[in-house]
Amino acid sequence: MTAVAEQVSVDVARQREVVAALESFLPRTSILFDHEDVKPYECDGLTAYRQVPMVVALPETEEQVCRILKTCHALKVPVVARGAGTGLSGGALPLGNGVLLSLAKFKHIVEIDERARTARVQPGVRNLAISEAVAPVGLYYAPDPSSQLACTIGGNVAENSGGVHCLKYGLTVHNILKLRIATVEGEIVEIGSDALDAAGYDLLALITGSEGLLAVILEVTVRLLPKPEYAQVVMAAFDDIAKAGQAVANVIAAGIIPAGFEMMDQAATRAVEGFARAGYRTDVAAVLLCETDGTREEVGDEIRRVQDLMEASGAVQTEVSRDEAQRLRFWAGRKAAFPAAGAISPDYYCMDGTIPRKRIAEVLRKITQLESKYGLRCANVFHAGDGNLHPLILYDANQPGELERTEAFGAEILELCLEVGGTITGEHGVGVEKINSMCVQFRPAELEAFHRVKHAFDKDGLLNPGKAVPTLTRCAEYGRMHVHRGQEKFPDLPRF
Amino acid sequence: MQAIVDNLSRLIREAAKQERPLCIRGGGTKDFYGGPVHGYKLNTGEYRGIVEYEPTELVITARAGTPLREIEAALREKGQMLGFEPPHFGEIPSPLPPLPSGVGNIVPPERRNRIATLGGCVAAGLSGPRRPYAGAVRDFVLGVRILDGKGDDLRFGGQVMKNVAGYDVSRLMAGSLGTLGLLLDVSLKVLPLPATETTLLLKRSEAEAIDLMNRWAAQPLPITGTAYRDGDLGVRLSGVRVAVDAAAKKIGGERTDPAQAERFWTGIRDHADPFFAGDGPLWRLSVKSTTPPLDLPGQQLLEWGGALRWLKSSGDVKTIRDAAARAGGHATLFRGGDRTLGAFHPLPPALMKLHRNLKQAFDPAGILNRGRLYSDL
Repeated sequence: MTAVAEQVSVDVARQREVVAALESFLPRTSILFDHEDVKPYECDGLTAYRQVPMVVALPETEEQVCRILKTCHALKVPVVARGAGTGLSGGALPLGNGVLLSLAKFKHIVEIDERARTARVQPGVRNLAISEAVAPVGLYYAPDPSSQLACTIGGNVAENSGGVHCLKYGLTVHNILKLRIATVEGEIVEIGSDALDAAGYDLLALITGSEGLLAVILEVTVRLLPKPEYAQVVMAAFDDIAKAGQAVANVIAAGIIPAGFEMMDQAATRAVEGFARAGYRTDVAAVLLCETDGTREEVGDEIRRVQDLMEASGAVQTEVSRDEAQRLRFWAGRKAAFPAAGAISPDYYCMDGTIPRKRIAEVLRKITQLESKYGLRCANVFHAGDGNLHPLILYDANQPGELERTEAFGAEILELCLEVGGTITGEHGVGVEKINSMCVQFRPAELEAFHRVKHAFDKDGLLNPGKAVPTLTRCAEYGRMHVHRGQEKFPDLPRF
Repeated sequence: MQAIVDNLSRLIREAAKQERPLCIRGGGTKDFYGGPVHGYKLNTGEYRGIVEYEPTELVITARAGTPLREIEAALREKGQMLGFEPPHFGEIPSPLPPLPSGVGNIVPPERRNRIATLGGCVAAGLSGPRRPYAGAVRDFVLGVRILDGKGDDLRFGGQVMKNVAGYDVSRLMAGSLGTLGLLLDVSLKVLPLPATETTLLLKRSEAEAIDLMNRWAAQPLPITGTAYRDGDLGVRLSGVRVAVDAAAKKIGGERTDPAQAERFWTGIRDHADPFFAGDGPLWRLSVKSTTPPLDLPGQQLLEWGGALRWLKSSGDVKTIRDAAARAGGHATLFRGGDRTLGAFHPLPPALMKLHRNLKQAFDPAGILNRGRLYSDL
């Protein structure tokens, strides 16, 4: 990835033109352009990349959103949509010549249908707020990204967000039924239906995870599930990463699909214990957390089987949560992994790749070697259930060269994910951060197919340009080879 | 196998140059489904075989021409299954149930002995009784390799569930009926087989059944199938014995003999159940699950907790489609009837425009299965 070296300076004449056009239908308070007013929007959760937007628009109604899009379409102004700005790949990084379209004011839950177990929700509603709103009727919204306290459902749809419980309950795409979207031309289209499928192509699947490049989300109809009656967690400590990895495989092979299944390496547990005191062993190579939920009977049966499997796989210690408070404490540690990294290092860079589960020991070994190569520490948190890896590279941006080394370290980890047959992003999205790595994951013909899909929705390339899918020119400049299906191009050449 | 791919690619390229329509065909078990397609037949049956299967990774990759039953047998051997329970139309269920006199053949002769393939399964995007509880076909698609309308060999997605790199073209292929590409390889997530299953039968009216199925869905019950017809409500429970027994106690009703239960659900899945006999028009209404009994002429069988309503009716097309739309969904003329009127629910203009644009993106010459989904796709 290439950092935005310097911020694009504002074309004042253009800014005035756009503001004047928006002022004809938006109240003045919904349009920002003074430097101090737009600066807070200059980045999302990927804070190493900043760009002040030319204009920020804060509509309150669908009609206003459509008129903003129509205006920008007519003037050929690019548009970047933004929810809470918690994204970790720079998907909401503004453009210096564009409008930052904030959906933050769309924070109403429009309707809850308790009998049909659905809710119609505006895009600015926080993920956790949905579950909180339906908790009184015994329901919840399953996808639970770690940022769920702050992140919005519109952003979740844009990124196809997951979370700890997505192994059992699926990603965002598995938990929504319908979208109201605005096209780049400002036209409202309904995608999906109130039924379990819709006529025609599965545009719901195509638009979910499209990172703001195909449409602007105006409303989401989410599926709600009954809250599990009961849940318990087994914490298991292993003195060897390979044994921990094998334990994961053994649980899956036994026909168990845990509700949550996480692994932390020693660096991660050490960081967390100092911060959250969840009760993890810090003298072991890896800690596994395996959660079971369901009826009391299901949980009783499954937790016993999981504990037995952990012990049979060589765990040096296992502990089952005795009550809800302890279960939450076990999880609090895992959920605090990122801020804990922030407590032991001035900066950290959270990576996001997916690998086949069976390769975890090998990948973590290679990452240890890369720590020496780049002179940087890396703690690892792993969604063991689905192979999604979050290496946390610890660095200090004030040290000359450390950010560049960190980025290079990260890019090499992503290529490693591809080499072992995985993908460069499991849930954080490509954004700007991993756009170069797309050149390694996909062949030119496939990238061109993606551009044609984009063209089908947005001929002028006005929605979130420069994100997610690289141009072939960019790939040529980046100069990396495509790694095809886990096979290196010249496997017989010795690698040093 | 690469030689087969190269040949298919060449055929598509040549057909694209001459704008000559092609008709993609696996086992032909779903020939009855969708609009009529005219064109040179591209048979995919030769391109078959399981490419890779990792039980502990919960993923199987196979070629499109592989018979579904071959995939399901390989999975069953390792204690796993396809969570979306796809239909196998046209195959003879074994053993054939005895036919009471006066009832037509359950599987007409011309439909027998055809083998459902993986490609057709994913392209048609049809899921069975387990769909609302475990997920649909497209929920389990992890990646595809296709030949697009220019004959280009493209891969999208991968073999892992957590994968958001690029647009979700693999899931877009599910249900696209071959109009966006010819499926070569598909990677699917698989699930463990449940430890045990039990089916309960209850006597209820249709309104009561709809209400009950929806109330059950709001409780943590291990339900994996529901079907209602003529006062009979069947519900399938799956999981560990203690959970299934506890749920059976809560739900009540009469336990079915396991072999009979298996035949019953297979019959629902494959349309071998006596309800589906006959050659009259069969409609598939996909609606909001809480929709009250639909007042439409003909007979109905309800599935998917009330969200799927099969309707045998010679009733007016517009009446049936309007009823489905008012119920928050859509109606497909699934089998029989006059398909030239369009099998699928018409789309609003703005949505149709996006469809045409996507067709253009994947099949610019418009040669792949033209007319199978909508007349200009």
